Formats: sequence, structure tokens, C-alpha cells
Amino acid sequence: MHAAVIVFPGSNCDRDLAVAFERAGAKVSMVWHKDTALPEGVDIIGVPGGFSFGDYLRCGAIAANSPICRSVVAHAEKGGYVLGICNGFQVLTETGLLPGVLLRNANLKYICKPVDLRVETADSPFTAGYDAGQVITVPIAHHDGNYYADAETLKRLHGDARVAFTYMDNPNGSVDDIAGVLSSNRRVLGMMPHPERMAEPLHGGTQGAPMFDSLVAQLTNA
Amino acid sequence: MKARVHVMLKSGVLDPQGEAVRHALGQLGFDGVEGVRQGKVIELDLAETDAEQARATVTEMCEKLLANTVIESYSVEIA
Repeated sequence: MHAAVIVFPGSNCDRDLAVAFERAGAKVSMVWHKDTALPEGVDIIGVPGGFSFGDYLRCGAIAANSPICRSVVAHAEKGGYVLGICNGFQVLTETGLLPGVLLRNANLKYICKPVDLRVETADSPFTAGYDAGQVITVPIAHHDGNYYADAETLKRLHGDARVAFTYMDNPNGSVDDIAGVLSSNRRVLGMMPHPERMAEPLHGGTQGAPMFDSLVAQLTNA
Repeated sequence: MKARVHVMLKSGVLDPQGEAVRHALGQLGFDGVEGVRQGKVIELDLAETDAEQARATVTEMCEKLLANTVIESYSVEIA
């Protein structure tokens, strides 16, 4: 399984994400934002956390229009897999690959702490390593994680079981406690919490690891 | 030719920053501020000399980058 991790100026979770994929057994290529093409044979693209382009204009907006993001969108539109974490989730909403948007946290504070998440669906290659209803502890670290979508979009997300994770104790004001959402083909996931920062014992827990193990297992057999 | 773009959160979208400003104004003794909405102004210097063409181009810029129309509305002034 071959994963590509995109690196923007201001990305700061790119190495963590690469290490999490590698630990699960994936080959990883780091791809610079000015590159226009992805390496041959990439199965999944990781869009990492950080503050790409200093969050100028809107978080994720400049990154979403960078040269490599055209390839990311093309990869997703061909049925490819994409995982966006934190700033990566913001980038994916700005590209239009995922619905909704991430607003400033309701309490206006940057929040960095472990939170409990409920796995809402195990029906995706990202969440197949968990049980629906399972509660996992994963850190968040964001200032703009307040998920918003209009009522019609929310109805569609819930109806199609595309809400992947919800917060047990909503830290940021996200509508319906939403922490992560899937695309309609369930091959693109965006989430604010950081599974890659809870992927080995030295992190203080391994409850993020099943996401990477499950992706490597499913995409290797694909 | 200059263009000025105003970007505002749509009504119905909670504006936590505007709320914080409203709260701070209240603490300064400015009573009766019933709502604050915070937006952005973006000024552009354009080589274009035709006002209608400039408006069309800036509108496209808003749709593609300057505003996120999921949550924001925009208006364009050409001067």
C-alpha cells in the first residue's frame, strides 16, 4: 500500500502522519505542494494537520488552490482514497471534496487536549477497525474546528451514515457534535481529531492505530 | 481600476468573533449593541479598464477563492 502525504508551508503533522502510515506497513512518499503530479501507484493521500499558508484568508483556502490539490481532487474523483486530518479536513472542505466548513471554535480558544469520540459507523475503510458505537480517545489541537453545514446537508450526512465520528463532550461548538465526515463514496474522510498522534504506546495510547491498520489491510488487498 | 470586495458571514451562521466583540463593547460601557457581525474587506488593483469585465472577473475570484459561499456572502464594488 502506497500513501502520499502532502506537505504545505505550515504543515506540522506531516511527519506524524507519515510515521503512522509506515508503522501500519505502508510505503510513504512526501509530496510538496508545488508538485503537480502524485507519485505513480498512490493508493491513498494524507492531507496533514498544521497551519498551511498561515491560515491566511480562511483556514485551508490557499492550500486548497495549490497545484498539488488539483491532483488530490482528481485522485478522489477517480475513486481514490483521501484522509484529511485537522487542517487537512479544512483543506478538503475548501476543495469541495467534503461538505460543510470549519468555523472558529465557539469559545474562541485554541483547544489542545485528548477527547472522547464515538465511532458512528464502521462502514468505511477508515473506520472498519472499530465497532460502531465504540468510544476512542484521540487528541484534538485546533482553533477552527467548529463544524458547520446547513440543515439539508446535515440531513443527507445523517441519512447516508456519513458522520464518521462525533464528540462525546462537544469541545468546539460543532453542529450535531460532528468530528469527522465521509464523502458519498466513503473513500474520503475528514476529521479534526488526530488519530496519528495516538498511534503507538509512547503517544500514551494506540486508539488511533486501527485506522491506519485497517486502511493498509483493505487497500493492500484491493 | 480598483475593486473592493466585502465578505460577510451569511445570516444564520454563528459568528463567535462578532459575539466576542459585542461582549467586549458591553464591558466598555457601550450599552445597546444588539449584534456585531465581523467580515473582511479585500481591495484589489486590477489592470482591467472595463468596469463590467472587472466586475465579472472579481465575481469569479469570489466564487473560487475570496469567499466560501457555504457560509459567506460577498459584494463587489468597482471604482
